[in-house]
Amino acid sequence: MIELHLLLLFMIVAAIIAVEVKDLISSVVAVGAVGLGLSLIFLILKAPDLAITQLVVEILCLIILIRATIKRDLPLIKSGRWHFNTFSTLLFIIIFLTLAYVSLKDLPAFGYPILRVAANYLKEGFIATGAANLVSSVVLDFRAYDTLGEATVLFTAVMGVLVVMRRIGRKHE
Amino acid sequence: MSKMKQDQAGMTLIVKTITRLTVGLILLYGIYIVLHGHLTPGGGFPGGVIIALSFIHLMLAFGKETALKKLDQIRASLFESAGAIMFLSIASLGFVGGYFFLNFIGKGRPFNLFSAGTIPLCNIAICLKVGAGLFLIFVTLVVLSKMEER
Repeated sequence: MIELHLLLLFMIVAAIIAVEVKDLISSVVAVGAVGLGLSLIFLILKAPDLAITQLVVEILCLIILIRATIKRDLPLIKSGRWHFNTFSTLLFIIIFLTLAYVSLKDLPAFGYPILRVAANYLKEGFIATGAANLVSSVVLDFRAYDTLGEATVLFTAVMGVLVVMRRIGRKHE
Repeated sequence: MSKMKQDQAGMTLIVKTITRLTVGLILLYGIYIVLHGHLTPGGGFPGGVIIALSFIHLMLAFGKETALKKLDQIRASLFESAGAIMFLSIASLGFVGGYFFLNFIGKGRPFNLFSAGTIPLCNIAICLKVGAGLFLIFVTLVVLSKMEER
């Protein structure tokens, strides 16, 4: 468990650096460090499917972010930072942590889920679908509707990017 | 003159030589992850992203002409739509035996490459969709927005 807490601490520090640093490229690299830590956590928790997915998607996001932010000066707004903003942010963080402390006490212990459906999948998944990888049997057989929804979300995202960035619409501005 | 211009596109000679060696291996690894998605960790989504990354690798190292010659935007959007239609038709073919998303092909022997019914086919469909879609997003966001600045 200690390595998990160390990785979480590393991710929090990297996230704070990503927010606070002035240089855009350094900020992107710090975001990448957060994703790498998450992928290592998935690997420690014995979820290699998620670790592979997280790693490759993180690499793709980093490439797109670096190619999109490099050679482009985004304006940094400093004058609008009031003390009121800092104060209200701190207040909401304190309220959130208090409520989370009250409500998260009732969660089941780590690694002991209370849902019975997952145990059923583990028991019958191999016999019902014949797939050796239980994750793919859940994703593409028991919960295929969710995968259909995810595919629809990706399709809509690609269409949205193509419509917003297309060249024909830009010329008439 | 045009050949010299093509040589200058992309990154340095070192990166190009290494890319020539590795890009095929990356593509093969993506195909392996997709085809063995029902046996080993992986599946359609990570495999598709790895395949898209191999084309992006080619584009980063050799410039956009070389990569778009291998897979241009029209063909990529065709692949994406084909993946979506393939996934939906596999789901609809389940009505042959009863309900949506029924695993209507025989299960086969477990731990074989040809087993688990429709799951490998769904993996291939999702791989086509994700790989072509993410490659299209990269091309559109990076190349077209760079073109706009000039």
